[in-house]
Order: sequence, then structure tokens, then C-alpha cells
Amino acid sequence: MPLLKGGIIEDDSFLDLEDGASFPEGASVIVSWDRLRQDYALLAADTGRLGVRFPVDSDPATLTPFVSGLQVIALEFAAYTDGRAYSLARVIRTQLGFTGELRATGDVLADQVAFMRQVGFDAFEIRSDYQPLDIWQRTATAMSLTYQPDFVARQGFAPAEIFNKRRYAGS
Amino acid sequence: MYRYDNFDARFVSERTNQFRDQIARRLKGELSEEQFRPLRLMNGVYLQLHAYMLRIAIPYGTLSGAQMHKLADIADRFDRSYGHFTTRQNIQLNWMGLSNIPDILEELASVEMHAIQTSGNCIRNVTTDPYAGAIAGEAEDPRAVAELIRQWSSLHPEFSFLPRKFKVAITASEGDRAAIKVHDVGLQLCENDAGEAGVRVWVGGGLGRTPLIASVIRDWLPLGDLLGYLEALMRVYNRHGRRDNKYKARIKILLQALGLEELTRQVDAEFAKIDHIDPDNVRSELDRIRAFFAPPPLEESADEGTLQSDLAENQAFARWIQNNSVDHKVPGHTIVTISLKPIGGIPGDATSDQMHLIANLATLYSHDEIRTTHEQNIVLPHVRKADLHHLYKALADAGLGTANAGLASDIIACPGLDYCSLATARSIPVAQNISKRLEARENDVGPLKIKISGCINACGHHHVGHIGILGLDKAGKEYYQITLGGSGDENASIGEILGPGFSYDKIDGAVETLVDTYQSIRTGDERFLDTYRRVGADPFKEALYATA
Repeated sequence: MPLLKGGIIEDDSFLDLEDGASFPEGASVIVSWDRLRQDYALLAADTGRLGVRFPVDSDPATLTPFVSGLQVIALEFAAYTDGRAYSLARVIRTQLGFTGELRATGDVLADQVAFMRQVGFDAFEIRSDYQPLDIWQRTATAMSLTYQPDFVARQGFAPAEIFNKRRYAGS
Repeated sequence: MYRYDNFDARFVSERTNQFRDQIARRLKGELSEEQFRPLRLMNGVYLQLHAYMLRIAIPYGTLSGAQMHKLADIADRFDRSYGHFTTRQNIQLNWMGLSNIPDILEELASVEMHAIQTSGNCIRNVTTDPYAGAIAGEAEDPRAVAELIRQWSSLHPEFSFLPRKFKVAITASEGDRAAIKVHDVGLQLCENDAGEAGVRVWVGGGLGRTPLIASVIRDWLPLGDLLGYLEALMRVYNRHGRRDNKYKARIKILLQALGLEELTRQVDAEFAKIDHIDPDNVRSELDRIRAFFAPPPLEESADEGTLQSDLAENQAFARWIQNNSVDHKVPGHTIVTISLKPIGGIPGDATSDQMHLIANLATLYSHDEIRTTHEQNIVLPHVRKADLHHLYKALADAGLGTANAGLASDIIACPGLDYCSLATARSIPVAQNISKRLEARENDVGPLKIKISGCINACGHHHVGHIGILGLDKAGKEYYQITLGGSGDENASIGEILGPGFSYDKIDGAVETLVDTYQSIRTGDERFLDTYRRVGADPFKEALYATA
């Protein structure tokens, strides 16, 4: 599935690995959370780059021992109305200190990407039948300001923090 | 009153443009109704039985004259020249065309208003005491904290797709006129033993299908920590609140499932990890906002003009003063309630002419300030006693002089089956019938809160009515269940179901029987609620069902 990342749409360089499936040595793979826990040593040794599909009803603290070995954490929006992944992303970035790719999968819509970027997502699996790139760009940059302290994307376009601006620059 | 700075203005303007773009994409078919739905809801747009409805936010129920004029203009230009004031202190326009809404939002932005988060599974318009800043004995004017929360919760990226809507109310008084104990979060501003400003946090109150009174989750929190604490609490709810059943999705159900101790532990643990909100930053922002809520320059004047002789000469005026006014904290002034409950009228409705008049009177007599109340009335908070008679005459001439604040005909009713697609029964005509039936005696009856919901979702707050009425559908016919003994104040309680329901034709008569019963057994100056709490349901049941 195409990936929206860094403002462009690109092919996914990771292989989405089914449980039980083998992989070519040195490949970049994303595995399930169960498989990661089971085969972590093996996966860490034999894959090139490693990612995990982390279930949104799990405790993010359980990811802690794996964080340094992961290049991608993928969180699924089973429906775009299910907001649990927003909180999980926030925790993974601010409390687990994860600096790799945080990928939104599932029901990812253009009008929610700005919020997703603010909580720490930086890659978005998008169905190719959805809107053209310019709509994704337009919706992601529609709001240039945010009231929430520290909810800004780390790279690329980021809304300005109103409270900080008021305090330090005046209005 | 709070005024937008450049940031607030730009924020609302960008939000309007964003929604204009979304509507255009919807009309072109680029967004499905299902994809568009949460976008329109978070901008206050509902699809009702007959048309789109726009719910405009009136943050913490405070309006200027210019803002009220604008609402009236919008009702004239884009709707049917009336508006409906709601139990969240907002206003609804019921006959909207979708393509007009961006222009309306632009009009609203021109007077520093919006419709953000008046619906959707997000943090809704924060409500507060309509007497805020005018009544004696407050810890501080709660509207500053309410404005802080309005800003912090606006388009919160983490909390815009919660399990369900989330309602916050704030009071700074011991006497609770904001019903904080039936909100998802209730905030009570108070000082700690050292005299520092802070807040007590209540959680898990609510009405709907599972009515519950809130519990204290944090006895006292310094105000600098408020936003960090709320973020922690919202995160625990967002992660763990149920999403499989929308009727079990409010935080009150999570509280029930976990227990107060465990929920408290989880919120505290999350709060301990939040370090990105600098309490100094919150305090400095709050201080900036507080300056906007400095009290108006009221003269402590004992000069009441001709008030006493006017009262003696004009009985209707005297009754209005008795029922619709309370003392202001500054001597010589009064807080006035303008009833939007004319006898036999539609609770909470005002015509655009009435709205213009209220705006003008607020400018003339109330330092340009207007409040909306969760009881669906209007308050002018700062009126000189010497001006009361002029004010009353102007209101009475426009059909706004009903002297029934807090009495039997001051009924809360949801829109019910006349407008709402969820309703199972009509609410408005029931309120109209009860109001007509009880009008003549309501001054003898005294304080009585009657609240009517047209379905189990309880938008008419029937659970906290002294007399609550719930309209249901039984085999294709409306019937109405009665609850007694509810209250939304500082001694909050959930009403108890009295017995079998009544048909549409019989419900107003049944309410009258309850009132008869109360009058025959009350002692001294007991209110209806006090009598019920003293004697229980039995005498009322007997009166209603014994002869049936």
C-alpha cells in the first residue's frame, strides 16, 4: 500500500510479514506484536530493518524493551472514529522516546492527518483510491496554530504553539 | 469579557476556511456522508428530522450585545427568525442549508464566535454558573478557567475522537448552579488551607441511560497543574473507555468498571509522567485571561431611584422582581433572569426581535453583558436597582416579562419529536400543557423544577428534575414516565421512578396531582423537593395510582 511520508507518496519499503511466514535475510519487515515478542532475538539478528504492528488496546509500556531495536511502529485505526491510536502515539513518542517511523494504518483519512502528525505519526498508509496528494497536503496544513502545548510535528510543517507564542513573544 | 487576540482570530478564521473546503468536497462527492459526519459534527452541524441544524457555541454562556445582535441577524438572514437556547448554554438554529454554513461561520467569527465542538465525540462547550462574576462568595470568576479550558480543548489532536462526547462544567460557588456533579468532569474552584487558588475535580457524573452523581477524583489541584491533569485524565479515558457500545462509552461507565480507587491510581500515574506542560505557562496564560474578566465598574450606590414606589404600584413588576432577580455582590445592583418560558410557549426559544431587544437592554442596563443559562433562560448580570423598572417594562412589552424563574412553568424541555431524530416522544407540547395548567398557582407552589426529555438520552435532564418526565414510545404511542426527587445542585440526586407512565393526554394532569399532594402535606416553607425528601414517594404514589 502506498505510504504518505515527508510530504510525498512513496512505495512501502517494508514487507508486511504474516505470522509464521519466513523472510529473506536482511529484509525490512513489519511483524505482529505476538511474533515480535516470540522471535525478537532472531528477528533482530536476521532482518535489515524491523517494525511491529502494535495493537491499540495494549499497554504501550510493554514496548519498552523493544523500542531501541525497532525502526517502525505501526498503529491501526480500525475505524477513523476510534481515537485510541492518538493516545498511544503520544505516549510512544513522549514517554518511550521512540524516534523511528510511527505509521498510521487502517482507516486513515486526509482530514485526520493533521491531528495524527501532531501526536507523533510521520507515515500514513493510504488507499490508492483516496484523494490526490494535493488534498492530503491541503488538509495537513489547514491550521497553522495550535493551543496544545508541545503537540507539534517534529519534522516538516508544524503549527505554532499559541500559549508559548503569547508568553515569549507577546501577541 | 474575553476578547480574541490575533492568534484566536486566526485560529477561528482558518477553522472556518477548513470547513468551507470540507463542505465543498462533500458537495462534490469527494467525501462520503460517513466521512463527512464527524467533520460537520465537530463544527456544530447536525442533520435533524427536517433540516440541518447549526449549534453555535456560547462559551460558558457569556455574550456581548454585539454578539447577540449577530445571532439575531443570522437567524433572520439564514433561518426562520428565531433561535433555541440549549441546556449547554449554546444556541441552535433549526432550519439551515448546508451551503450557507461557511458564510454563517464567517459572520460569527467577525464577532469572535464559532461553532467548534458543539457536537462530536470531543470535549464540548464548557459551561458555568450564569451568575459568575456577579454573585457574592465566589472563589474567583470561574469564566477565566473556563476560557483556558476552551482554548486548551479546541481541536485537541489527541482528544477529538473520544469514545463519546465529554462535558465539563465549572463553578466557583458553594451553591452549584452549573450542575457540576452530573458532568463527565466537574470543576469546583476553591482555595486550599494555605489560601492558594486551585480546583477540586469531580468525575463520572452524567445523565442519559445510566444517571450517576460524580465522585471526587482529586480533592485539590493547583491551577497551574489543571491542564496536565486533564490531559492525563482524558488519556486514560480515551485509551480505556468502552467503544463497543455507545451507551456504555461515557467516563462514568469506566469509573463504574474500574472503581474510583483504580481510576484515581491510573490518572495519577499518567499525570506523573506528563512533563511538557509548564505550570508557570498555564498560570501566566490564566493571568492574561483573568484580566479580561475584571469586574465592570459598578458604583456601590444605595440609590434605588423610584424602585420602592414602583414596586408598590405595579404588582406584576413586584412579582417579577421577587422571582426573577437575585442580589448582586455589589450593593445597589441586581442579577436579573429574563425568562424564555412564556406560559404555553416553547422553552428556550427567542425570536430575532427579542434577541435584538435583549442585546440593546444589555448594552443599556447590564454593562453590555448577557448570560445564557443551562435552564434555557437569559441573565443580565449587572443591573442597577434604579434601572429595574425601565428594564422590566421594555421586556414585558416584548413578551419577555414572564415572572416564573425557578417556578413550575420554568420548564427545561429537549426539542423532542418536534425536531430530533432520536426522540421517542414529544417534549415541547407537554411543557406547554403543564405550564398552562400550573401557571395560576405557581407562586403559591414555590420553587419547583420540572424537566422533560423526549427520549432516554435525557437531554431535558429529567433525572435531576424535582419532577422529571421521560417520554417513551410504547407500541407506537407516546407515554411518559415520572421521576421524583432529582436535583442538579450542590446536593445533587437522581430522581426515582414513581410507577407506571401516563399517556400524552394524562401527563399534565398527573403533574398537577403531584403538586396538589405536595401542597396538602408540606410544612412551613418547605420546597417540593424538601417535602419529597422528608416523606418519600408513598403519598405521591397513592395520590396518582390509588384511584386508577
